[in-house]
Amino acid sequence: MQVTAMHFKRKAGANLRNEKLQKALEKLQSKFVDGRAVVIAELSDFEGLRDAAAAIRDRVLNNLDGYLQHFEQEATARGAVVHWAETADDVNRIVAEIAAQHGVQRIVKSKSMVTEECGLNDFLESRGLTVLETDLGEYILQLAKEPPSHIVAPVVHKSKEDIADLFEQKHHRPRTTQITELCREAREVLRPGFLAADMGISGGNFIIAETGSVLIVTNEGNGRLSTTLPRVHVAITGIEKVVPTLEDVTTLLRLLPRSATGQSITNYVSVLTGTKGKEDADGPEHFHIVLLDNGRSRLLGTELQPMLRCIRCGACMNHCPVYQNIGGHAYGWVYPGPMGSVLTPAFVGLENALDLPNASTFCGACAVVCPVKIPLPDLLRQLRHEQVKRHLRPWQERAALRLWSWLAQRPAWYALGTRLVVRLLCLFAGSGKRLRHLPGVSGWTNGRDMPAPTGRTFRELYRSGRT
Amino acid sequence: MRVGLFVTCLVDMMRPSIGFAALRLLKAAGCEVVVPSDQTCCGQPGYNSGDQDAAKALALKLLKEFDGCEYVVLPSGSCAGMIRVHYPALFKDDPALSESFQRLAGRTYELTDFLVNVAKLKAVPGDYSGSLTYHDSCSGLRELGVQAQPRALLAKMPGVQITEMREATTCCGFGGTFSVKFGEISTRMADNKCEHIAATGAGAIVAGDLGCLLNIEGRLRRRGDLNTRVLHIAEVLAGEGECK
Repeated sequence: MQVTAMHFKRKAGANLRNEKLQKALEKLQSKFVDGRAVVIAELSDFEGLRDAAAAIRDRVLNNLDGYLQHFEQEATARGAVVHWAETADDVNRIVAEIAAQHGVQRIVKSKSMVTEECGLNDFLESRGLTVLETDLGEYILQLAKEPPSHIVAPVVHKSKEDIADLFEQKHHRPRTTQITELCREAREVLRPGFLAADMGISGGNFIIAETGSVLIVTNEGNGRLSTTLPRVHVAITGIEKVVPTLEDVTTLLRLLPRSATGQSITNYVSVLTGTKGKEDADGPEHFHIVLLDNGRSRLLGTELQPMLRCIRCGACMNHCPVYQNIGGHAYGWVYPGPMGSVLTPAFVGLENALDLPNASTFCGACAVVCPVKIPLPDLLRQLRHEQVKRHLRPWQERAALRLWSWLAQRPAWYALGTRLVVRLLCLFAGSGKRLRHLPGVSGWTNGRDMPAPTGRTFRELYRSGRT
Repeated sequence: MRVGLFVTCLVDMMRPSIGFAALRLLKAAGCEVVVPSDQTCCGQPGYNSGDQDAAKALALKLLKEFDGCEYVVLPSGSCAGMIRVHYPALFKDDPALSESFQRLAGRTYELTDFLVNVAKLKAVPGDYSGSLTYHDSCSGLRELGVQAQPRALLAKMPGVQITEMREATTCCGFGGTFSVKFGEISTRMADNKCEHIAATGAGAIVAGDLGCLLNIEGRLRRRGDLNTRVLHIAEVLAGEGECK
C-alpha cells in the first residue's frame, strides 16, 4: 500500500472537521471500549493473563527462527507448502505463481491486514485474476475503493447510510438502511463468489509450531468458506505470528477477542491443518502458507522488539484519544493508532512517517489495555529519540529544546530567563490575564487561550520570604 | 521527616501559588520542608522529545540537589512519574547510577499520594466551599496510580461536593509539546474535556498537574466560559493563597 503518513497533520485536521466521520467514530466508545471493559471483567486475573501472554510472545521472539523451522516441518508433514517472503513484492509474486500453478481464475479472500501491506488485490487484478473480499467490512471497502481505517473494524469510518448508498449504487437494488437487510444483500452477492472460487486467501491470527496449523478467528463464517470450499487455500501472515503450542494459543485466545471486539470468544475459531484427507468431507486440495518478513526481523534484538508481540487486537487504537478523534486514514498506511505509529516508521522508514511517533500525548491508555503488554509510549519515545539522533526534527524545535535544556542546567541563567519570560507574557496578556495569540506557539493559541503567569516566579517569591 | 519540595518549572513560572500551597500542605502534615534553590526542570520536555542526553543531565542535577532529603515531593504526577519511572529507565545500563536512581524513585512521591500514604495528613487546612469535578491526569493515574488519593483528601473537606465527569480518566490533550505540534487534535481533545466538565455543572475543575490545567483553562476561556474555576488540587486543599 502506498505510504501517505507524511500528510498526517493535514489529514487529521480534515478528519476533525468531517462531521460524518466524527459521528461514525462515536461507535468506538460504546462498541469497543465499553464492550471490552465488560468482558475483561469476566476474567479473574487479567493482569496475570497479560503477563502469561507477553511471556509466550517473548519466548517465541527470542527464538523466532527455531519456532518457524519447527512450524515449517510440521506444516509440510501435513501436506502444506510453506513459502518465505522477504518483501511485500515477494508475497505478490508467490501468490501469483501459486495461482498460475493451479490454474486459478477466481479468488475469494477473507480478512488479512498483511495483504494490505502488499497491495495484493491490485497486483492480482493487474494479472487478470478476479479477487472478491468476503469479510463484510472489507467487501464494502472493495466496492468503495477505500483502504481500511481500523485493523479489526475496517469500515468503522462509514455510517450505515453511507453503506446503503454504496450498495444501492453497486448492487442496483432498492436502498435499505436496515442492517440485517444490508447483510442479507451482501450474502446474496457473495455466495456465488464462494461457490465459483478456485482459490481462497486468508490471513492467519496465529500459526502453531507443534501442529503446523494456521488459526483464524472470525465472526461472519466467510473465513470458513474461503478456506475450505475452494480447492486451493493460501494463508498469508507475518513471521512473528508463530506460537509454540495449541495450549499457548488458548492463552492468547482468552485475550484476543476480548481485547478486540469485546467478545469472550469469536463466532468461529478455525484451526486449519494440512490438506483435505481421504476421509475429510471438506478442505482444500492444496494448502500454501506464505510467511512475510517485510521489516519484522529487523526489529529483533532492538528496543522495538516488544512490538512484535502484537496480536493485532486493535485495543490500543480503540482506547487512543488521538485515534478516537481523527480515525485511521490519517495515519497513512496499513496500521493506524499507537501500534501503527510504531509499525509504520519501523516498516516504511522513520523519514517517511515523521509525525507518527510524535502524534501521541503519552497518555498511556494504549499500554494499559494492550493484552501482550507492549510498552507503546516507550517505543514511540524510542522512535522520537532516533529522529533526534538522525537530525530528522525541524531546526526550530531542536533549537527551542536545546535552549531550554541549556538554561535548565544553569540555575542562574534559568532564573534570569524565566523572570524575563514571565514578565513579557504578563505584559502581552495585559489586564485580561490571557494571551489570545503568541508567536511561535500558534498551534496552541489557534484553538486555546494561553493563561498568563501570575507575575513573579516561585523562586523569586520564595527568596523574598513568602510562604 | 525531611521533605524536599520540587515545585516543577511550570509552577515556578506560571502559577507559584501551587508551590506555596504544596508547601503549606506538607507543613500541615508535620514535615520539615526544604526547597532546594537551584531546582529547575525534571527534564521531561527533552526526554519526551527524544533528547535523552538533556534528560540525563537534568536527572543527575536533580539527584544531587535532593540528595539529603528523606522524600522528594512534587505537585505534579507527570514530573513525579518522570523521576519514579523514567529516570531509572534512562540509567538502566549504568549499574552504579541505576541504583542511585532506584533509591531516588523509591522516595519520590506525587503530592496527594504522599499526603495520604506517607505523611497520613489528618486535617486538610483549606476551606474551599462548592462543587468541583476532578480530572485524572494521565501520568499520575497510569504511572503512579494516583486516583483515590486526591478524592480521599477532598472528602475531608466538608464544603466540597465532588461531581464526577464522564471520561474523567481520558487525556485532556495537553501532552507537553504535543499541544503545540498537533494543536488541532489537542484542541479537540480539550474541547471534549470541556464538554464533560460543563455537563457536571460544577463550579470548578480540579486536577493535579498544571499542564493539564493550562490546557483546559485555555480551551474553556476560548469557548467563552469565564466562570468555571480551574484549580490545582494543592490550591483547593491548602486554601487559595492569593499570589502577591
